[in-house]
Amino acid sequence: MARKNPVKRPAASSKFEELMTGTTVFNVPLPADLKTLKGMSPIVIKQPYHIDYIHSYGQDSPFFAGLSNGKLLGTKCRKCDYTYATPRLACAQCGRETVWVELPQSGRVHTFTTCYFGGEEFLKETPFHLVLVEFDGVDTLFLSRLLGPSLPEEIRIGMKVKAKFRRNSQLKPTDVYFVPSE
Amino acid sequence: MVSGGVSKFAKARPDATFQKIVKESFDYAMNDVPKLKHSMIDGSVVSYFSDHFTRQLMAGIMATDYLGLCPKPNKRVEGGGATGGLCFQAGWEAVASGRMNVCAAFGFETMSHVPTWKGNEFIALASDVSFDYPVGGFYSGYYAMMVNRHMHEFGTTVEQLAMVSVKNHMNAYGNPYAQKRRKLTIADVRNSAMVAYPLTLLDICVMSDGAATCILADEETAFKLTDHPVRITGIGTGTDMMRMADRPHGEVILAPNERKSDYRNLKYPGVHSFRAGRSAGLQAYKMAGITDPLKQLDFVELHDAYTSSEIQTYEDLALCKYGDGGKFVEAGYPFMPQIDYGMKLPKKGTIPVNPSGGLIACGHPVGATGLMQAVFAFWQIQGSIRKHYGSSELQLKKANRGLIHSHAGTGTYVTVSIMERGW
Repeated sequence: MARKNPVKRPAASSKFEELMTGTTVFNVPLPADLKTLKGMSPIVIKQPYHIDYIHSYGQDSPFFAGLSNGKLLGTKCRKCDYTYATPRLACAQCGRETVWVELPQSGRVHTFTTCYFGGEEFLKETPFHLVLVEFDGVDTLFLSRLLGPSLPEEIRIGMKVKAKFRRNSQLKPTDVYFVPSE
Repeated sequence: MVSGGVSKFAKARPDATFQKIVKESFDYAMNDVPKLKHSMIDGSVVSYFSDHFTRQLMAGIMATDYLGLCPKPNKRVEGGGATGGLCFQAGWEAVASGRMNVCAAFGFETMSHVPTWKGNEFIALASDVSFDYPVGGFYSGYYAMMVNRHMHEFGTTVEQLAMVSVKNHMNAYGNPYAQKRRKLTIADVRNSAMVAYPLTLLDICVMSDGAATCILADEETAFKLTDHPVRITGIGTGTDMMRMADRPHGEVILAPNERKSDYRNLKYPGVHSFRAGRSAGLQAYKMAGITDPLKQLDFVELHDAYTSSEIQTYEDLALCKYGDGGKFVEAGYPFMPQIDYGMKLPKKGTIPVNPSGGLIACGHPVGATGLMQAVFAFWQIQGSIRKHYGSSELQLKKANRGLIHSHAGTGTYVTVSIMERGW
C-alpha cells in the first residue's frame, strides 16, 4: 500500500499547516497607557519537553526474554485454571500469583484494525495493522501487529495467523508479530 | 445541583491560561444563582486528566486559588476520559456525606499546547506502556478493534455508526458552546479521512480547550438558592482492566429488563462491550429505582468519544439489548423529536441521546467533559435551554429525568449519574 504522510496537505489546500517552529524575539512593545493592556494579544512561547525514562519491565521481564529467544510466554493461574496470553503475575480472578507457561505460536484474529494515523511516535509507521490474537486453550488475548496484508479488506476475523520474531530483538512487545498462515 | 457553567469549547484558547478558562465557567455558574455568595462554598473538587497536556503539576490548586477558594478543602480527581464524571461524583460525595453544604466541582483540559498527533501520543500513554503503547500507541486504533468485533458479533454497520455522527453534529448546530456545528450526511462521514478502519475522522471526537463547573448543595441549602434545583438520585461507577486483551469472555451481567435466555451464545464483555458501563449503569438504576431505563429516562448525555462507543453504550445502559445498538440508532430512537435530520426515522424522539451534540461535536477537553454533560443535562431538566443557548431549539418538552455517562478508555472507568427535576 502506498504510504501516505498524513501531515502533508495537498498543494491545492487553502490552509497552511501549523508549524511548531517560531521566531526568536527579544522584545515586545508595551503601550504607555496601562488601561489598554487587557486588550493585548497573548504572548505564546515554545517550551521544549524531552525526557528519557528508565522503564523496568519488573516481574514481566521474562516475557521479553522469551521473545528474544523465539518463545511466546503467558501466565497461568493454577487455582482458576485460567491462562493469560498477555502475562500478568497476579490472577485477575482470585489475586493469586500465576506461573509462567509457554503459549502456542499459532492462533486466530479475534479482531483487527488498520491505523492510518497514530500517536506521533508511530506516524512514520502508518498504515499498520493491529490485531488481538486468540489461541486455543488460552483464556485471554494478545495485542500485536499483523504483517502481510496490505488492505484491511484482506483481514478477516477468525483468520489463522502465526507468530514471527525479530532476529535482533529490541526488547519491546513488537519483537513478536503475526502473519497470515492460511 | 443548583447551578452550572461551561466555557465555550474551542480548538485553542491562547488568550487565557487554564485558571482563567475555569473561572469563566465558575463565574457563569455563580451569576446564575445570585443568592449564592462566594463565602457559602464550603470546598471544592477539581479535575484534569493529563499532566502532559498541562505541563504543570498541581494545576488543580492553581485553578482553586484563582477562584479564591483557599484555604477551604480541595482535591484533584483523575480517571482518564471519565475524569469529569468522577469529579461530579466526588462533589456529590462531599455533600452527601455531610462534609459540605455547598461544593463546587470544576474541571478543565488545555489540549492545544501540542499538535494533534503528539496529543494522541499523550492519550495513548493511558494504555499499558509495557504491552500496549509500544504496539499500537493510538486510542482510535483500540476503539476500532472493539467496533470491528461488535460488527462481527452483531452485524453493526458503518452506516449505523455514521448516523450517530450526523445526529450529534446536527444537535450541536443549536448549541453555541459546541466546537463543531455542522450539518452532515452519512456519505460525508464515510467519505472523510479513514483514521483507524472502519472509523473515519467524523466518527471521532476532537481535542479542545475548555472548562466546566457544577455547584452542588444539600437539599435545604439548594432550595434557599434556587426554586429549580436538580436532584441527583443515582450514582454508579464501574471499572475494567486496562488491557483490552485481558478482559473476560464470560456471562452478561443482566439488567432488570433482561433474561439469561437473551444471551445464550454471547461471550461477555470480550472486547465488544464495556462491562464498566453496565456495572455503573446498574448501580445508578438501582439507587434511582429504575427498572426500565428506556421508559423511565427522558434523555441521556453519554460519552461519544467515538460513534462506535455511543452504540456500545446504548447496550451497556440497557436502552436496548446487547447487539441491538446499531438497529436502535437506525430506527431513530436516540434522535431529537424536533430536529430534521434528513433521514427516515420511525422511532425518532423516543429517548434523545446527546441533545447537546455530545463529545463528537461539542469537543472533549477531558477533565471538563463529564462536568459539561452535567451542566447541559441540568439546563435541560430546568427547562432553561433558551436562557443559556439563546434559543429553545434543543429544549426537550419532557426532561424530568436524565442520565449522564462519563467513560475512560477503553472502558476502564465509567460513571453514570441520574439527575431529576428537584422541585
